Amino acid sequence: MSAVLSIEALTVALPPGADRPHALEDVTLGLNANEILCVVGESGSGKSMTAGAILGLLPEGVHATAGRVILDGRDLLTMTEEQLQKIRGARIGMIFQEPMTALNPLRTIGDQIGEMFRIHTPLGKAEIENQVLGLLRDVHIPDPEAARRAYPHELSGGQRQRAMIAMALALEPRVLIADEPTTALDVTTQAQILKLIRELQQRKGTAVLFITHDFGVVAEIADRVAVMQRGKVVEEGRADEVLNRPRHPYTRALIAAVPPLAPPPPKVVTGEPVLRIEHVSKTYRKGGLLSRNKRVTHAVKDATLSLPHGGTLGIVGESGSGKSTLARCIVRLLDPDSGSILLGGKDLARLSRAEMRAETRNIQMVFQDPFASLNPRRKAGELVAQGPMVHGEGRAKALARAKELFALVGLDPNATERYPHEFSGGQRQRIGLARALALEPKVLVADEPVSALDVSVQAQVLRLLADLRERLGLSMVFITHDLRVAAQICDRIAVMKEGVVVEEGPTAEVFTAPRHPYTQALLASVPGRTWTPPVSPDAAAEPSRPSAEPALAP
Amino acid sequence: MRILLLALRRAASSLPTLLILLIGLFLLLQLAPGDTVDALVAQIGGGDPKMIEELRRFYGLDVSVAVQLGRYVWRLLQLDLGFSAIYGKPVSAVILERLPATLLLMGSSLSFAFAAGMALGVFSARRVNKWPDTIISTLGLVFYATPSFWFGLMGIVIFAVHLGWLPAGGLEEIGAGYTGLRRILDIAWHLVLPTLTLALIFLATYLRIMRASMLEVLTLDFVRTARAKGLSPGRVVSRHVLRNALLPMVTLIGLQAGTMLGGSVVVESVFALPGLGRLAYEAVVQRDLNTLLGIVFVSALLVIAVNFIVDILYARLDPRIVT
Repeated sequence: MSAVLSIEALTVALPPGADRPHALEDVTLGLNANEILCVVGESGSGKSMTAGAILGLLPEGVHATAGRVILDGRDLLTMTEEQLQKIRGARIGMIFQEPMTALNPLRTIGDQIGEMFRIHTPLGKAEIENQVLGLLRDVHIPDPEAARRAYPHELSGGQRQRAMIAMALALEPRVLIADEPTTALDVTTQAQILKLIRELQQRKGTAVLFITHDFGVVAEIADRVAVMQRGKVVEEGRADEVLNRPRHPYTRALIAAVPPLAPPPPKVVTGEPVLRIEHVSKTYRKGGLLSRNKRVTHAVKDATLSLPHGGTLGIVGESGSGKSTLARCIVRLLDPDSGSILLGGKDLARLSRAEMRAETRNIQMVFQDPFASLNPRRKAGELVAQGPMVHGEGRAKALARAKELFALVGLDPNATERYPHEFSGGQRQRIGLARALALEPKVLVADEPVSALDVSVQAQVLRLLADLRERLGLSMVFITHDLRVAAQICDRIAVMKEGVVVEEGPTAEVFTAPRHPYTQALLASVPGRTWTPPVSPDAAAEPSRPSAEPALAP
Repeated sequence: MRILLLALRRAASSLPTLLILLIGLFLLLQLAPGDTVDALVAQIGGGDPKMIEELRRFYGLDVSVAVQLGRYVWRLLQLDLGFSAIYGKPVSAVILERLPATLLLMGSSLSFAFAAGMALGVFSARRVNKWPDTIISTLGLVFYATPSFWFGLMGIVIFAVHLGWLPAGGLEEIGAGYTGLRRILDIAWHLVLPTLTLALIFLATYLRIMRASMLEVLTLDFVRTARAKGLSPGRVVSRHVLRNALLPMVTLIGLQAGTMLGGSVVVESVFALPGLGRLAYEAVVQRDLNTLLGIVFVSALLVIAVNFIVDILYARLDPRIVT
């Protein structure tokens, strides 16, 4: 089988002053007709740069210095901008990660898809309209006629991504580049979109270059896999080979970091409940006195859960399921409308603002986004010391304690003098943890603490969390949308859907014998659920719940 | 339907604004020493107390402030702006005489500032950090930092006095008796300098906002999508970037309408234009409360109208706005 698109010894230079001289170094890849090649790697591995280099859409100051990109016998790198414009869209289609922002918010879906025909073909208006409708039908959008007239904000994330796919495939390009097309989607939507891409690819014989960081997705969809690390392709081969018998140490490490979907043997948690959530409800009301479209959203409806002492309660669900609202109610960032939250004999829901501030000693929260949740203008040590200082501790003592906490979460104690932007994502999440632990809480509420992190960093932070729980006797409420992560860290799991807890039980039970249809659907949607990451010899040497890895070099 | 609802809501919510403004100004002017009759009497060279009292009763100034305010608001509801003692005719007539000049000046300045600011901003953003951008940005800063009366005076000195290309002031050639098209051209010719003077500062603001807004929109994901679709750079800008970048500009028009009305006082004085700005100044000096309140009323209506149009325009431009 000959390659439709071949990348030969491609090197892309970064502007001087970047962290490395080359974004891509000597990358050689061949993409055959009628196959899906997954390019997988962590952030900064150069996988998106590869897509940019093929289409000539590299950022300012970044350009290819060597190599060739051959499509139908012609080198794309030597083409002029005008020639490339005829290739883009018509011969190579592209799908992006964020369906929310990848479409122009001010123009209708039909208009934006139709633009493909207007710029590349001489078709008339009526004919274009027909084609657009046909495309929207092909991607199984409900009510294609309405979707054509809709603006992007009027569609759901999954529908937007379908429209995006319809647009990319409008002119039946031989090559489709999909850059993390399902990363921003919920797991059930992701499963549908992956199925759609597979279906269309097989029907039209398209060659797909699929960029992702998620090995689950790779296991789901790839025919062949190329693993990238720091701008180089370190391993390439058939999906089955790479996933189950990885050869390169980096691939092995990455795959070892993927949490298996099967939960580990259950830990016996016998403690009394430390936190009891009883009949908690929270409703959002939109629109005031004069507003015409009042809307009432039942974010959390009558949730009752309990967290045993020393245990971890996972709350899983898709976006909009109310899991974050519930987490915020527990720490009283939001006031629940009704119900009680019992922590150590006190009902947090009944406390006044001032009483709650005193009670924050016992319950703390870790947030999802390590970039946005730290004040960029304050030093990391101050951010950690702030909590104890608010609760009356002296500044010098609190700062000294911050240094100890830095060591505890595996950071260099001397790094307290730095600002948040000087740390990597994983390190920032450690700062967030240190900040939450500074008050020595009994209960930690972690809202998607590892969702923004690369898989290897995610594994480190998860190990750290498990270790801290053990050493400090913490109890934890762990919010996540990732069932693999939940399987590994939680003792009990609660599944939420549209504000309601639909199922709750020990992790192993929920995963092996889900009772509620929604739980079953969720589990069936996990990408690569049939694939169990192989335990590599070097990973097996580690204990199942290892202590925190040595302090990171600053 | 969406836009009609929005229009109704906005119209309803601007009424309290208008009322608060008028009451506030009425009370403020009560605090200033002297009233219309004092000014009138001073103008005619004094008079006996009986006549002054008679005048006060005639103009309704002998009752308490609350009653005066009540009467005023009641008359306003009937669209009656009152009678100007100084000009000797209804306030509405006085204002209507002066309104066209101000409207012309504002309209032309706003259009010019918006169009030129937008064009220069787009041009600048597409050559960001290259020399055309640097020149335009520097020029913008110069316009912004220089007071408009200075521009006006220098314009008069250079173009009217030295070169003799443009008239130094006035709205039209008085006594020339032009009619029809000839008159329109004459007025346009007279308005060139005032328009430029008033517009330059606003042009600088629009230019900077447009440039920043273009640069921001150019980094958004859908621009990358557009390029990946195979659109030419020009088409990416015209079909995808421009409309998105215009949104903050449109907001700015509404915010600046009031500022521009204030700026026109200076420009009208410099160029001796018979507009609302100068009328307001004269009304303050002469304690002509009725006229002044009338001007405030009309100006507020103007600003509210501009903002109303801007809101509707914004809703037209951005489908995400819901009532």
